[in-house]
Parts: sequence; structure tokens; C-alpha cells
Amino acid sequence: MSKIKLTTVTFKGTAEQETQLRQVLTEIKQSEHPSVMTALQRAQEIYGYLPIEVQSIIADYMGVSLEEVFGVATFYAQFTLNPKGEYAFGVCLGTACYVKGSGDIQAKLEECLNLHDGETSPDGKYSIAATRCVGCCGLAPVMVVNKEVYGKLTVKDVPDIVAKYKAM
Amino acid sequence: MALVNVKINNIPVQVEEGSTIIEAARVAGIKIPTLCYLKGVNEIGACRVCVCEVKGARSLVAACVYPVNEGMEVFTNTEKVKQSRKATVELLLSNHNQDCLSCVRNNNCELQRLSLELGCSSHKYDGVKSEAKIDASTPYLIRDNSKCVLCRRCVAVCKQYQSVAVIGANGRGFDTHIGCAFEAPLGNTACVGCGQCIVACPTGALHEVEEIEGVTAAINDPTKRVVIAAAPSVRVGLGEEFGMPVGSNVEGKMAAALRRLGFDDVFDVNFGADLTIMEEGTEFIHRLQNGGTLPMITSCSPAWVKFCEHNFPDQLDHLSTCKSPQQMFGAVCKTYYAQKLNMDPKDLVVVTVMPCTAKKFEKTRAAQNAAGIPDIDYAITVRELAKMIREAGIIFDELPEEQFDAPLGIFSGAGLIFGATGGVMEAALRTVYELVVGKEAPSIDFKEVRGTQGIKVAEYDLAGKKVRVCVASGLANARKIMDEVRAGTAPYDFIEIMSCPGGCVNGGGQPIRSAFVRNNTDIKGLRAKAIYDQDKSMKLRKSHENPAIKQLYDEFLGEPGGSVAHHVLHTKYVARNRY
Repeated sequence: MSKIKLTTVTFKGTAEQETQLRQVLTEIKQSEHPSVMTALQRAQEIYGYLPIEVQSIIADYMGVSLEEVFGVATFYAQFTLNPKGEYAFGVCLGTACYVKGSGDIQAKLEECLNLHDGETSPDGKYSIAATRCVGCCGLAPVMVVNKEVYGKLTVKDVPDIVAKYKAM
Repeated sequence: MALVNVKINNIPVQVEEGSTIIEAARVAGIKIPTLCYLKGVNEIGACRVCVCEVKGARSLVAACVYPVNEGMEVFTNTEKVKQSRKATVELLLSNHNQDCLSCVRNNNCELQRLSLELGCSSHKYDGVKSEAKIDASTPYLIRDNSKCVLCRRCVAVCKQYQSVAVIGANGRGFDTHIGCAFEAPLGNTACVGCGQCIVACPTGALHEVEEIEGVTAAINDPTKRVVIAAAPSVRVGLGEEFGMPVGSNVEGKMAAALRRLGFDDVFDVNFGADLTIMEEGTEFIHRLQNGGTLPMITSCSPAWVKFCEHNFPDQLDHLSTCKSPQQMFGAVCKTYYAQKLNMDPKDLVVVTVMPCTAKKFEKTRAAQNAAGIPDIDYAITVRELAKMIREAGIIFDELPEEQFDAPLGIFSGAGLIFGATGGVMEAALRTVYELVVGKEAPSIDFKEVRGTQGIKVAEYDLAGKKVRVCVASGLANARKIMDEVRAGTAPYDFIEIMSCPGGCVNGGGQPIRSAFVRNNTDIKGLRAKAIYDQDKSMKLRKSHENPAIKQLYDEFLGEPGGSVAHHVLHTKYVARNRY
């Protein structure tokens, strides 16, 4: 039906985060041009993503329905409904990496982690989000896991890298 | 308001400043085709079907939102305009499930009509189609997005009329689709089932869950006795399905059609409405005189009840505990009438014809089973009834005028006017006034509560006690009143709320009229007028004077509000979540 990826990760928001969100929303409501979009941006800064728990609070504060908030959240590419995993995998699909076969790397990674692009594993440990050029085309094809960079990859390398993080 | 001079296709017209091109063209006798436009509700210029050329303008403009100004020259039918409209519709068709011959909206589809009028080729552009799945998660509505044109009319009515807003556009670009928050099935949301989205939809993307098959099977089952009854407003809507003008009252022909369809008893939900007045009136007087929760709010409209449960779960005490006329009717059929016939209520199948889709939900509720089985078996819409009549080959306009059967087909004008906003209040006042004051009201017509405006208030003197009443239709209006009730600032004793703007005459189960008819005709006003005209012509106009109602209390129910009545005719509500 759509490319919208709903999260399966259990919400782990803290009381501090909620206090912060409510404070931010109060400010936005009092501003000259309160908008759902601003609210979503600020909420994503706090939580890293926009689960139903967070969007419901935004809907209540902004006086709109949950669907109206969700409609905005799924329209703009800047918003994500999924939290980044503890280990966030990103295969570069920029031009240089792509011509060097990063599409196959991405496919293998999806297979190894049993996730599609944009998804996070239900336990919140792993996520895949394809990236654009990471600026080291000499190492193409490249994959980044958190801050670790893996270059000159072949499809065969992928299971070992995944295994390394699964063992952590 | 100042007037401006404009030319539409070289025809000079004077229109009010601020009018749109579409309105100015209407004055010049020109109909501009539209798809997403619903006057006052959905004015977003999104579909580009109404584009026109304006002299001096850089590009084509959307006539539904483009305001005219002095000296403007508009051309609505140039080659450029026609090519643009045609391409737009052909592109819509390229991503449309063209299942037209078996579509519920065949012959009443705005996309189909546009395609015909603009001379479109149905497969000019063939390509990938968006993925669409069917949402059949409720007992009343089916959404099939493969036929959706993303006009957002459903979204607009859900928010503007009803302030429910559980549907909207999700995603973007080619993946855009109408759905609910977090892609929840509609049945898991705070949807109230009013069906306004269905009657606003230009295509077959939305339709009711049909129950015709079950009804036909019951009629064909020799072990079943099948009872049918239509709601008050059905008789002023049904004729439109057979080409009659808006506001035609076809009560007699409807009774004849129902009999010809093979129903064993042709009754009338108006009887249930009269019964509702007996119980609700008694409940109101009791609350008024014994310090009960006030304001008391009517509970006839199931979408309103569900709205209240989702959005005002802390205010449920205000709702009358009375079942709706449909449910009272069914309850009486399966208890009193089954007893009278000396038959097992399980062999009695009760079918209602409703201007409503929420009735399909209401009959599935708990505490709607006076005889231990559901009070109502099938609730079909006006459209479904029309379909059955057509399938049976009955030539509707040639039918004779017939009467309903006794005893549950006998009704008063008070029961009849339930079909329009303010009708329940007026019917209640006709009875309550006499019961409290002990004599007839100065006038049987309580005109202050009539009319199609969204919120009406009035005050009446009941033996020295001032009773303040409020009537709201459209749930967005109801929300305003309920916010006051919650805040404790609502100065009312009795409130009538109907979910659909204008009441049941404008219900989600009524015939579907095109945007052009909706934008240019006072549909709810004309249908309501037909109801009030009939009421005026009747001798029996008060619920408590209905002889069949008196007989029912004498033989079976005892006193209004008594223990038997309570068991059979009253119900309970549940608090629901908003998300």
C-alpha cells in the first residue's frame, strides 16, 4: 500500500523526554505561527523518531486529530516513524558506490538482518537506512555502522560484519 | 457587498465581489466540471478538473477557488482548457480500478460522468498502478482505495461536518493514499460510522457493507417471518433513486414496494419513534423533577452516541438511556409482537431501512437484545432498498399508494418528524408540555427548533418552569455544545443531537447526489420540508395519542419508564478511547 514503515519497537520514552516535549509544545502553541510541522521537528529532536505515543501528545496540544499529525509526518522525508537501532547500518547508495555494486550489498544486508530499508528490529538493536554519498568514494562500495566505516566491500563480507555486531 | 462585472465566454454577468469563477459561470448558465470541489467544505483546487483560461493570466486557473475581479474575462471551454481537463482525467483513469460494470457506483459515478463528458479514452495512459488494499474492518463501511481519486472530499466532511477527522492523506507522491493514523484499520479508530464520507465520495471507493443477501435469504426461508420498517426520513429520500426530484415523499409507494418484495409485515420505524418519545419524555420529566443529570441529551443517533463515547466519555450520564427508535422497534417486535403471534422470536427476522450507516453498527452493540437475541437483524440503507427494488423489476413510479400494517405501522406526525433536525425535540415537547402542564400547548408547532441551521436554541414555559432547549446537527456543532456541557456552562435542560448536518434527511445512507446537485440544491431543506408538510396534513400528531402505542403499554409494557419498559427499551453506554 505504501512505503510507510511502522515501527515494531516498544516505546521507551522517559519522563524527562515527555516533560521536555510538553514544554516545547507549550512554547509552540504560544508562538505566532504554531504549526504541526514545527512540533514534529522538535519532537524528533527529543526522541529521534515519531512513535504514536509522541504524535498523540502533539495532536492533543495542537488541537488536531492524530491522523492530521500522521499525514504531515508521513508526507515529509525528514520525519521518521522508526527509532535508529543501537547499531544503525547504512549502505551508501551514492553514484560511485552504486556502480561498484552497493545495491547487492544492501540486498544482502537486508537478508542478513531480516529487515527492509527504513526498518528497525523489534528489539531496537539493528536498523537499516540507505545513505547518500558519505564522502569516501575511493573506498566504494561503503557501509557505515554507527561511526565505523567499512570500505571496498563485497557481498561475501556482509555476513561477517553482521555477525560481529550480533555478537556484541 | 459590491458587485463586479465579469465576462464568462463573452457573456457579461454581474456577481458579488469575492465570488469564484465557478459561481460566476453558474450565473452565466455555464457548468464547469469539477471533481474535488464541494462548496463550503472542500475548496482546495487540487484536482485541476475545473481549470479555465483567464485573459492575461500566466496559466490555467482552478475555477473553484479563483476569485473574480472587475473586468475579468474568463473562457471555460477553449481547446487548451478541454485538452488540459481531458489529460487530467485520463491520468486519473490510468491509476483507477476500472471495474465500472460491477461497481456499486456504476451510473452514479462522477469520474465516469467526467470521462464521458470530456471524451476521455479509458486507457490513454497505462502504467503502474498504486498499491491499494481494501479496508473492511467495520460492520458498516468498505474502503477500496483502488477506486480512490484522492479528491479528499471524504477527509473534508469527516473533519468539517463531524470534527471526527480519523481519515486523511498518508504518504506522498504516487504512494499517497487515504487512510487512518498509523495505518490503523478504520474499525480501530474513533470513526463514528455516520457515512457522510460515503455520500461525499465521487466514486466507488467508499460504500456501505451491504446486507441485501441476508435479507433476501430470510424472505426466501419459509420458516421465518420477516418484518420490515423504514425510518422517518427514508420516504423523502427513496424517490430520488428513481429519478424523482429532491423532496418527493414516496411513503405510499414505498409501502407497496416493501410488500411486493415479499416482507410479511410492513411496519414503520415511526412507531418506534413515537415510543421513544414516551420513554424519553418520561425520562426527561423525571430528571427535571427529581434533580437528575441535566441537560439530558437524545440518544437516537448512533453515530452521535459513539462520538460521545470516544470524545466525551466523562459525560455519558447526560445521554438518555433510551434505545434509538430502530432498536425500540426491534425490541418490541421480538418481545411483544412475537408474543402476540405466539411464535419464537428467533423465527422473527427484523429488517429496517435506514438513512444511516451507523445503524449497522448500532445493532451489533451490547445491551440491544431485549429478547436475548439482537433486536435488529438487518439494517439496510435507502440505497440498498432501491437496489432491491430495481433487482426485483418493480417499476417504482407506477406503484399504487399503500398503507403500513397495524399495529406497529401506526404512527403520529411526531414520530415522522424525527427525520429532520429538531424533530425529536419538537415531538418530545408536544408530549412533555401536555404531561407537565396538563393541557394542550398554545401551538402544536414548535417552529423555533425547526430549520437546517447547525445549532438552534429556544426556551419554553412549562407550568412556570422555564425549560431551555438546544438542537444541534453535525458533530462539529455537537462538539461545541459538548465543550460547554463539560465546562458546566451550557444553559440547557434538554439537547437534541443528530450526527448528520440537517438530521437523518441528510444521512449517510441516503441516495448519493453528485457534487453539482449538492452545490446547487438545498437537499436537506427540501427533504425536511416534505416531512413537515406530511406532519401538517396528519390528524394524529402527538406520540402519546397514538392508539397503537397506548395499546402496547396497556397490553405489555405497563408504565413508561416502568420496569418492563426499562428492560425492553433502555440501554447502556461505554467509555471508548480516542486513539
